Amino acid sequence: MTTASQTAPAGLLRPGTVAPDFTLSATPDQSLALADLRGKPVILAFYPADWSPVCGDQMALYNQVLGEFQAYGAQLVGLSTDGVWCHAAFAEARHLHFPLLADFEPKGGVARAYGVYREREGTSERALFVIDADGTIAWSYLSPVGINPGADGILAALDALVGRPQ
Amino acid sequence: MSHLTPPVTADDHAAGPADAPVTLVEYGDYECPYCGEAYPVLKAVQRVMGDRLRFVFRNFPLTDMHPHAGHAAKFAEAAAVVGTFWEAHDLLYENQAALDDDSLVSYGARIGLSQSAVLDAFDGRFDGRIRRDVAGGLRSGVNGTPSLFINGLRYDGERDVESLVAVLRAAALQGQAVR
Repeated sequence: MTTASQTAPAGLLRPGTVAPDFTLSATPDQSLALADLRGKPVILAFYPADWSPVCGDQMALYNQVLGEFQAYGAQLVGLSTDGVWCHAAFAEARHLHFPLLADFEPKGGVARAYGVYREREGTSERALFVIDADGTIAWSYLSPVGINPGADGILAALDALVGRPQ
Repeated sequence: MSHLTPPVTADDHAAGPADAPVTLVEYGDYECPYCGEAYPVLKAVQRVMGDRLRFVFRNFPLTDMHPHAGHAAKFAEAAAVVGTFWEAHDLLYENQAALDDDSLVSYGARIGLSQSAVLDAFDGRFDGRIRRDVAGGLRSGVNGTPSLFINGLRYDGERDVESLVAVLRAAALQGQAVR
């Protein structure tokens, strides 16, 4: 399936752009603002939906290699249009150790701000952003929605931003 | 992106000639069901390709999802020291439903691994190597298991015998052309 949003990534916010701030629910009773994470690199991983049915699941992969991101002092945040209860169940089932934010109301509001919302599907794209300690986008990447982009692009962006940990 | 960063070296677990025109690298997890599905396919592919293929296995255990994958990887590394890596690899994939520690120790007895060698491995003797495999995989664009690389490029296509053989044959021709 090809959609306009897949073939025209023009909307994806580019490096050098100030990352739009947001506050979203991380759990039923806690919220997280991008501004709270200022001072260290932030990785935003937008993905279409919880419960992707494969071992190659992107969030599970990132969970497994969280230490690699932490070696750069970077904080990983996952975002999808799923609600907090869905995220809670997904995070528990996969033993995820990083926050999943619910871009649920207004639906996809943050995905729209970052240029990665899919109108037809009502989900975000599969897109990655690395934001520097001052809140500016240092790297962004739009993945084909069905392909898990892995972590190599994120690690290369962090290398360029803060240098490779020894 | 998606280009094998750590090149294949003599330290890798490889089956087939070092100068084969095509090298297939698998990043795998011994407890992953999709790797289990790929196992007989890759065996068949190796049989069809014969000496024209070098097959390399690197560790990518997803231990948060698969509780036995870490010890299974350590077990296979221990077997490599006594020269029975592929026997271990095959035993693990042929017994994916029984990868608990007691089972691993009993498999060890079949392939020349003492109980103490297996327990040393569980204690972390090969953890550095396994971590290096995982880190190299991440840098190469491994995005789950199994991840396959053909002559250094990630392969995202179909994983049936016919498709793989066709792609490997084409890569072998290209590989010969650039020699």
